Amino acid sequence: MHIIQQLLFILCSGIAVFFFAKKVAEIRRNINLGRDEDITDNPSARWKNMILLALGQKKMFKRPVPAFLHLAVYAGFIIINLEILEIFLDGILGKHRLFAPMLGNLYPFLIGFFEVLAVLVLTSCVIFLIRRNILKLRRLNMPELNGWPKSDANIILSTEIILMGLFLTMNTIDLVLQSRGVEHYTQTASFWITGNFTWLYSNLSTATLIGIERTCWWLHILGIFLFLNYLPFSKHLHIILAFPNAYYGKLIPQGEIKNMPDIQNEVLYMMEPDKAPPATDAQPEHHRFGAKDIQDLSWKNLLDAYSCTECGRCTAVCPANMTGKKLSPRKIMMDTRDRMEEVGKNIQEHKTFQDDGKSLLNDYITTEELRACTTCQACVEACPVSIDPLSIITQLRRNLVMEDSNAPQEWNMMFGNIENNMAPWKFSPDDRDKWVEELAG
Amino acid sequence: MQVRSMAEYAASGETPEVLFWVGCAGSFDQRAQKVTKAFATILDKVGIKFAILGKEEMCTGDPARRAGNEFLFQMMAYNNIHTLNGYGIKKVVTICPHCFNIFKNEYPALGGNYEVMHHTTFLQQLINDGRVRIKEGGAFKGKKITYHDSCYLGRGNNIYDAPREVLQALDIELVEMKRCRSNGMCCGAGGAQMFKEEEAGTTRVNFERANQAMETGASIVAVNCPFCTTMLTDGIKNKEKEDSVSVMDIAEMVAASLA
Ligand code: SF4
Ligand code: SF4
Repeated sequence: MHIIQQLLFILCSGIAVFFFAKKVAEIRRNINLGRDEDITDNPSARWKNMILLALGQKKMFKRPVPAFLHLAVYAGFIIINLEILEIFLDGILGKHRLFAPMLGNLYPFLIGFFEVLAVLVLTSCVIFLIRRNILKLRRLNMPELNGWPKSDANIILSTEIILMGLFLTMNTIDLVLQSRGVEHYTQTASFWITGNFTWLYSNLSTATLIGIERTCWWLHILGIFLFLNYLPFSKHLHIILAFPNAYYGKLIPQGEIKNMPDIQNEVLYMMEPDKAPPATDAQPEHHRFGAKDIQDLSWKNLLDAYSCTECGRCTAVCPANMTGKKLSPRKIMMDTRDRMEEVGKNIQEHKTFQDDGKSLLNDYITTEELRACTTCQACVEACPVSIDPLSIITQLRRNLVMEDSNAPQEWNMMFGNIENNMAPWKFSPDDRDKWVEELAG
Repeated sequence: MQVRSMAEYAASGETPEVLFWVGCAGSFDQRAQKVTKAFATILDKVGIKFAILGKEEMCTGDPARRAGNEFLFQMMAYNNIHTLNGYGIKKVVTICPHCFNIFKNEYPALGGNYEVMHHTTFLQQLINDGRVRIKEGGAFKGKKITYHDSCYLGRGNNIYDAPREVLQALDIELVEMKRCRSNGMCCGAGGAQMFKEEEAGTTRVNFERANQAMETGASIVAVNCPFCTTMLTDGIKNKEKEDSVSVMDIAEMVAASLA
């Protein structure tokens, strides 16, 4: 019997790891569809950001209530994973509570601690569900979340509640079985929380209890395997990607826009033709100005999209969104991810990308959204996982203006004024220092 | 008073302490010109040798770049850097946070390296060094005043304290808006919005921000940017509160308080 359970367990873990690895490879490939960008400078500042922002969740604490609840879930999740290591080894080796004899008195202490965390996780997840579905917090109920994104969030929270419930039930019954001296159930001291609930099961027969305990154990670990494979399809992927994303986050001042060296050089060669490289017969490489589709964005923009938790902190502070404009920085990130997945599927089917007549610009993100941005960087500042929605907006705007000459009439006039009058308004350049006379007079 | 151009300095073989980059709003916009004049007056009063570029100054290209027109930006940048480097300019002060951001963060990659300061930081240093002296019991003493962080001075470049310190030097009662410092809300002008009609929405960004400023009960909204000045003034007018609430640049407030 044991050996069958053992083999079954090894098979399940193998399948879980295989599918997870396969999906991870796909995500890697999709991120690498992006433009190359060298982000290896200043590793010490990057490690610091990773520790402060991802591990330390620094930006979460701008909103203390969700920050505390989230911290409970996050700490619980990471620390309880230590317990999963034991469960995993038990499964493979056909043991039960492998670490108990090794750790002695420390063992019930650790499990007790995990149980406290499990209760915290459970409670927090319930509160999160209430905030989302009953209190209907505005930022968690905006139109871009309709459909799958809302279900995704509820699935994650419910799954965590179920997993924690199974973990606690399993421990309670284990204690009952221990007290009855059932073989294989290693004796430990009582656990802090479940130790108080053994009476719930004291009327059941040993055989029934073993049955329930085994069922909980199996559901718990299978649930974790399923959860692992659910991650890559979900906003919950942030629990992994928040770390690299913080590492590769922007170190330059938020106000700075990335330079476009090819245009810089074009202008230079126009002004100083002697500096231009000698013309060659080679066909100039086709490149687009700005970004029209995900392949034109940097790989970091794409990593951003996969890291987005859809929390809407960016959209909640966006001046355009707050005043009823169509723009939502969260939607910019969700659209980028959706388009990336679509392109990824296309590649999967045809080996290489076959033009599908669609693009991120226009088919996902509209001109109206892009034009509403004030480049105020509130979204960048607010994001707890170091995402820069403004970078994508700027690149798409560059494409609109430079490739499609798609700008509102007033902008075209402004461009004309800058070009001809050296100021965005239609004033004569000769009047630029007129105020000096007025001051003198 | 005399304001001398860089060309005049160069002709006489002199070097100014600092170049005052006025910016397009400061040069042409009637409201912003008052700030320009106020700042020039302060510099003159404390005896700082400063120059302007005068007719040689051109738009930095900021609105073009942020609208997506990189060509135009690069053209403007090329010309400006050419002029500044030609004069061997080392130090620049500007009354516009957009110009400041471009000089500090975006011109260096194009060969324009200058020590640049926003006028609020510059004023704070002058006050700290005792070069600018504020008169006791000035016009703003004890007044309830709120301060609006512009995006490109605040979030863009993390300058939150210098302007507040200048205000404190005026002995005012600073009342913060709910959204301030890194969480400050935009006035609605940035990203070249100043030069176009807003996209369709339920209200205007500047109306919203002006409401937040008026909610503090302050009689003056202190600002550091010519575009914020325009936007917030319009927002206050929309509520017909222009008689009780005014928008003032920090430079104007300092100019009115000089000892
Ligand atoms: S930078 Fe643009 S998208 Fe981001 S918060 Fe400001 S207006 Fe919204
Ligand atoms: S971009 Fe950042 S702040 Fe915005 S929804 Fe995604 S994770 Fe949240």
